[in-house]
Amino acid sequence: MQASEPNIASKLDVSARWPCVAFLVSGIFWLLIGSAFAFISSYKLHSPEFLGSIPWLTFGRVRTAHLNSVIYGFSSMAGIGTLLWLVTRLSRAPLQGVGGLLISAILWNLGVTVGIYLILTGRMQGLEWLEFPPPIWIIFGIAFLFVVWSSLRTFRLRASQYTYVSQWYLFGATLWFPPLYMIANLPIYSGVPQAAMNWWYAHNVLGIWFTPIGLAAAYYFIPKIIGRPIYSYYLSLLGFWSLALFYNWNGSHHLVGGPIPAWLMTASITASVMMAIPVTTVAINHHMTTKGHFHMLRVSPTLRFVVFGAMSYTAVSLQGSTQALRSVARITHFTQHTIAHSHMGMYAFFAMTLFGTIYYILPRVTMVPWPSARAIRWHFWLTGIGIAIYVISLTTGGFIQGFALDNPKKPFIESVTALIPYFWMRTVAAVLMTLGHIIFAVSIYRVLRHFVTTYPSIKGKSA
Amino acid sequence: MNRAIILFLGVLATFISALFGINLIPKLQIDTVRPEGTLLPYGYSELAARGRKIYIREGCLYCHTQQVRPKQDGSDIPRGLGMRQTAVDDYVHDNPIVLGTSRTGPDLMNIGIRQPSDEWHLLHLYNPRIVSQGSVMPSFPWLFKEQVTAADTGVPLKIPDKFMPKNKRPIIPTDEALALVEYLKSLKRDYKVKGVP
Repeated sequence: MQASEPNIASKLDVSARWPCVAFLVSGIFWLLIGSAFAFISSYKLHSPEFLGSIPWLTFGRVRTAHLNSVIYGFSSMAGIGTLLWLVTRLSRAPLQGVGGLLISAILWNLGVTVGIYLILTGRMQGLEWLEFPPPIWIIFGIAFLFVVWSSLRTFRLRASQYTYVSQWYLFGATLWFPPLYMIANLPIYSGVPQAAMNWWYAHNVLGIWFTPIGLAAAYYFIPKIIGRPIYSYYLSLLGFWSLALFYNWNGSHHLVGGPIPAWLMTASITASVMMAIPVTTVAINHHMTTKGHFHMLRVSPTLRFVVFGAMSYTAVSLQGSTQALRSVARITHFTQHTIAHSHMGMYAFFAMTLFGTIYYILPRVTMVPWPSARAIRWHFWLTGIGIAIYVISLTTGGFIQGFALDNPKKPFIESVTALIPYFWMRTVAAVLMTLGHIIFAVSIYRVLRHFVTTYPSIKGKSA
Repeated sequence: MNRAIILFLGVLATFISALFGINLIPKLQIDTVRPEGTLLPYGYSELAARGRKIYIREGCLYCHTQQVRPKQDGSDIPRGLGMRQTAVDDYVHDNPIVLGTSRTGPDLMNIGIRQPSDEWHLLHLYNPRIVSQGSVMPSFPWLFKEQVTAADTGVPLKIPDKFMPKNKRPIIPTDEALALVEYLKSLKRDYKVKGVP
């Protein structure tokens, strides 16, 4: 598109400029905040007296502040920025409702800020991933309506009736997330059904909100940068519909062994194993598209990050299918293994994919090139090695912890002391990843500074 | 794919199937369970209910589970976490439910049976390493205060010298610490539930 129709592409990018800048840059801001909370939480697990007398930084609160700032701050906001840009490009229609989207970005930031404040001051809800009190959800609800409205209106104006696989995923994400969280916040749950709802929600935030955005990006950028069409249309069709069907049903595998009906556990374990279908389908499709062009990874930072993300998606999903089995969950359930798994999904897959997309989108909407190729390389290797250390150390530590817990002759404390070296390794990983984020943020800051100074001149040209 | 309507209906249908499948139908099924009269000597006292709020406020649920798994899913019962697996009945009064997903610390479903001592719990909350060497649990000094004037009534904790604050003033629990301990001691599933081995 870029070579043949540079004007169309750049006009589209200009239409999405302000919402993309607002959402992507806010996302990176929350990434930095989330990294600080992550470091503090990680350090406390091996050195519990670290900042031990400050109530608002106690482990239970700061760890929750970390989760909510990276989920609702970084991943959701950078995800929305990516979604809006992809919707615009793929519809080949200018982004609609730009003013509303800017209000949406403000509301969203307000919601996360107040929510994190309430968590740190001890007013969280007590349900994982749903810690923000209900008023925050009303703010998010209004903010998200603008996103739904804009992306659907832009989709309606699409230049071609034929739709590309990325558009299906984006369409799904846009329509799935609002009812998902609205239902999760209905005050109709208590007792065990609340736990069933909780994991239906939390797993689906990953499954039908972040994953479709990440896959839409991978399906767009891999063929786009390599310059050849996606390997198989039919595989992408199968991949999309099997994901839509099975991912939705995965949540209750978080409750294996818990007080829920046996059929519910079985249903979710089955769906988790069936996830192998969409995952291998997507993996084959991406691999066959990239095959023979792996040298491109060296020249395109976007491709490098996105392929890293896509490969992690395959790995984390197949691991998830295994982990859902009762025989495996017996050891890994309740351990650090789960934490490694969730970071492989949220970071190695989703965050890395977002980094790649931001490297592509931001210079196009601001018309400012990245200031330093070396900074991008440092960002890639620090975060790539960081998350690898993270996942390897906690996967191993989780197994050791799990076998200790499963042996009734071992005193409980042995499962804790055995983890200490792995907790230290996680802190090392957290430092590496945070350094990568700071380098990334500095690059973004330099782009924005340049953008602000050159904006008056490009404004005339693009209009 | 060139029909937006098929996409729309498919997206809707897959979502609704799971909404009913793993959320609403289990809710309808489980909500029919009502604990049988005397079967449940359960329900928090006012103090314990206040303690439960502190349990949530401090994020205890992120490291402690409150569930005992059946034998095929883990060695919870051989380890002595409970005499039976936990069942739907055990949570009827819980809102929010705090099942937990991580055992960085031990399960607490029956901590009231395993550890009935107020003194142990208070010392443990003040600094877990006083009673549990190697623990990585946070200390909660803000649930305690120094005894300065006669108005600060309360039984001072018997804290070993090593863990005393520098000024060596006696440490007494606040109402919040007492409430949290009351909640922890109320965690007992020492009754039978029909149909649960």
